[in-house]
Amino acid sequence: MSSDQTPPAARDVSTQEARMGDGADDRFNSTLREAFGSTPFILTKFDKFMNWVRGSSMFMLQFGIACCSIEMIHTYAIKHDLDRFGSGVPRASPRQADVIIVPGTIVSKFAPRMKRVYDQMPEPKFVVSMGSCTISGGPFQEGYNVIKGAEEVIPVDIHVPGCPPRPEALIYGVAKLQERIAEGESSPVTVKPYELEQFGDLEQDELVDKLASEINEDDLVMRYNWNDSP
Amino acid sequence: MSLEKPSRDTALDVGVTEDGLDYDALADLLGGHVLDREEHLNAEGFVIRPDEVQEVLSTLKEEAGFDHCACVTAQEYDDRYESIYHLRKYNDPTQELSIVVPSPKDDPHNESAARVYDTADWHEREAYDLVGIDYDDHPDLRRILLPETWQGHPLSQDYNQDQPQIVSLREHANPLEDDKRSEDDPDTMFVNIGPHHPATHGVLHVETVLDGEQIADLEPDIGYLHRCEEQMCQQGTYRHQIMPYPDRWDYISAGILNEWAYARAAEDLADIEVPEYAQVIRTMAAEMCRIASHELALATFALDVFGDFTAVFQYGIRDREIVQNLLEDLTGQRLMFNYLRLGGVAWDLPEPREEYFEKIRDFLDDLPHKLEEIHDLVTGNEIFQMRCVDTGVLSPEQVKQYGATGPVARGSGVDYDIRRDDPYGYYDELDWNVVTEQGGDNFSRVLVRLREVEESARIIEQCVDLLEQWPEDDREIQANVPRTLRPDPDKEIYRSVEGAKGELGIYIRSDGTDKPARFKIRSPCFSNLQTLPEMSQGEYIPDMIASLGSLDIVLGEVDR
Repeated sequence: MSSDQTPPAARDVSTQEARMGDGADDRFNSTLREAFGSTPFILTKFDKFMNWVRGSSMFMLQFGIACCSIEMIHTYAIKHDLDRFGSGVPRASPRQADVIIVPGTIVSKFAPRMKRVYDQMPEPKFVVSMGSCTISGGPFQEGYNVIKGAEEVIPVDIHVPGCPPRPEALIYGVAKLQERIAEGESSPVTVKPYELEQFGDLEQDELVDKLASEINEDDLVMRYNWNDSP
Repeated sequence: MSLEKPSRDTALDVGVTEDGLDYDALADLLGGHVLDREEHLNAEGFVIRPDEVQEVLSTLKEEAGFDHCACVTAQEYDDRYESIYHLRKYNDPTQELSIVVPSPKDDPHNESAARVYDTADWHEREAYDLVGIDYDDHPDLRRILLPETWQGHPLSQDYNQDQPQIVSLREHANPLEDDKRSEDDPDTMFVNIGPHHPATHGVLHVETVLDGEQIADLEPDIGYLHRCEEQMCQQGTYRHQIMPYPDRWDYISAGILNEWAYARAAEDLADIEVPEYAQVIRTMAAEMCRIASHELALATFALDVFGDFTAVFQYGIRDREIVQNLLEDLTGQRLMFNYLRLGGVAWDLPEPREEYFEKIRDFLDDLPHKLEEIHDLVTGNEIFQMRCVDTGVLSPEQVKQYGATGPVARGSGVDYDIRRDDPYGYYDELDWNVVTEQGGDNFSRVLVRLREVEESARIIEQCVDLLEQWPEDDREIQANVPRTLRPDPDKEIYRSVEGAKGELGIYIRSDGTDKPARFKIRSPCFSNLQTLPEMSQGEYIPDMIASLGSLDIVLGEVDR
């Protein structure tokens, strides 16, 4: 606070006059206003406006899996601070989140749970896959238990490669996602993903017969056909 | 003075002599139980009958003082299955003994050791899960890492990796559902904590049964990050292909510590001598990793206890960033360093050296002030103390029963640190202390970590002094190692180092090729996590969250 300014009350002007000064308040002369010109109206398509809003204010799901989540924590935290880009408030519940960053290796036991978490998020929802493991299985691709990429389970909008990607790379990925959302580009569709389905709906074969005594007809299961994996 | 051990218990020292264990005396103690004796590189292995496991192990535990069952390794040979119990002593981990239990190929089973060592419970479940050995008289032999509907045992010889698998997603049953004394007895409530939950530090699933707000039953369910690390290491060649994986076990920047575990085991296996200069660099880098790891442990613990993403958490991350920058300068990577090589390190310190030393010294100079700040903010905080003092208490006996190590053991007053007790690297030339606290509660474990950061800083400082004065023509960073490493067949070794979370051990069996025939990881978090039910039974649920945080597990290492 500077003390050498004369308080407004000392001069004989109304508060409004004082605030207006010699012309329009230059607080309104923002770059936004310059862009709009003198008109107080904005003409835009509602869709476009909504896309812009969506891209500018994203709630991330607080979702850590493996090594990449450490770098993800660093991206949220001090120094890198993802919040600068309007997307830094991690939500603990999938029902409040727009974006899920998948930070790490997905294994067979976890994939059904991840699918469930993804399904719980409200539309529209977006997925950023972080790290090589979510692209192809990464260094663990040959493992007997590893899903060969997040796209086997859920559709992915942006892939951020690296093992693990640096926080800067993740920020770039998120910024790219925002750009895409603002431009209204649609989400990709996964081809032949592993789906959650009821055990009774599976095609009968040797394996299904064998497990019939252990799993109920209406239990949800995920069936991995490793031979079909890329 | 600081590196001296407290005087050892004299009653339990069968076979203890001035220069190592006298295995003949131990064999005499066991008498006819010992069928055969094998020579492993770290210790002798006594072969015993599969139905005498409990008898032999309890004799060794009660009468010879082997109170630490570090690891259970299971493997399949062409003609038999084999379980190896790696025993050592909390008093002196250089006194080691392997108990080798063969079992027949067509129907592999042997007696369980879970009645003697509580820690064997999970270790044997893992052996059953991955290799397929049945343990008779085991309290609860189920799969632990893989889903319960999995077909086959992936580390056995006839496993077909391409067969389809079905994994179910169904409701978990309340184990205490029908456990009521009368009709009017209040219901217990089953709560799933995880696998996707902010307080579980990754993908841990804790099956909790609540009676009111108190925990009536609790079981950690793991395996949501089981990414076949042992298989990966068995497929890689010793020289280069294995080293990247250890970084990804304990991924909280503890990379160098993990790499060192593999480096130490493989170097001893192949008889490689590491130049002293490289050992100093390794020691320095490893302690930096320990600081980074403990900082994150503190930050996430504060997050669990305060729910505070803004202040304490960020303080921890702020300090970590500095250490990570130092490590990045050294190794070229922020997190997955891949810096150690068998017989040395990848490259020398970054040039200009003075500038790098300056950076480290700046960091060390600032550290006491920062720790003071954290003590002000965290450990001095009344709310924090109410949450942590006398909650999650773990007695020294429980620590030993469950094979807990690292800050968890030292927080309960168990004076056990591989860096001092089984020295490697440059640790025994430096002046530092092993930190212990007597409380055994959540507060003690946090204090141990904070004080260990100070000790690590002392070690780094001495290393920097040494490196600064090191003569320029003697800076050898790499020993002579053959391009393709083929250790002699059928050599077996179990070696451990002090990781950020405790005793990180590796068992390797060579078969004469350039890849290990069996590569087993003894993860400290796996054993530490087993103590969670002991600590939380009957406590309030928020105290369980605090206990889980103070154990400082990392799921990459629990599940491997």
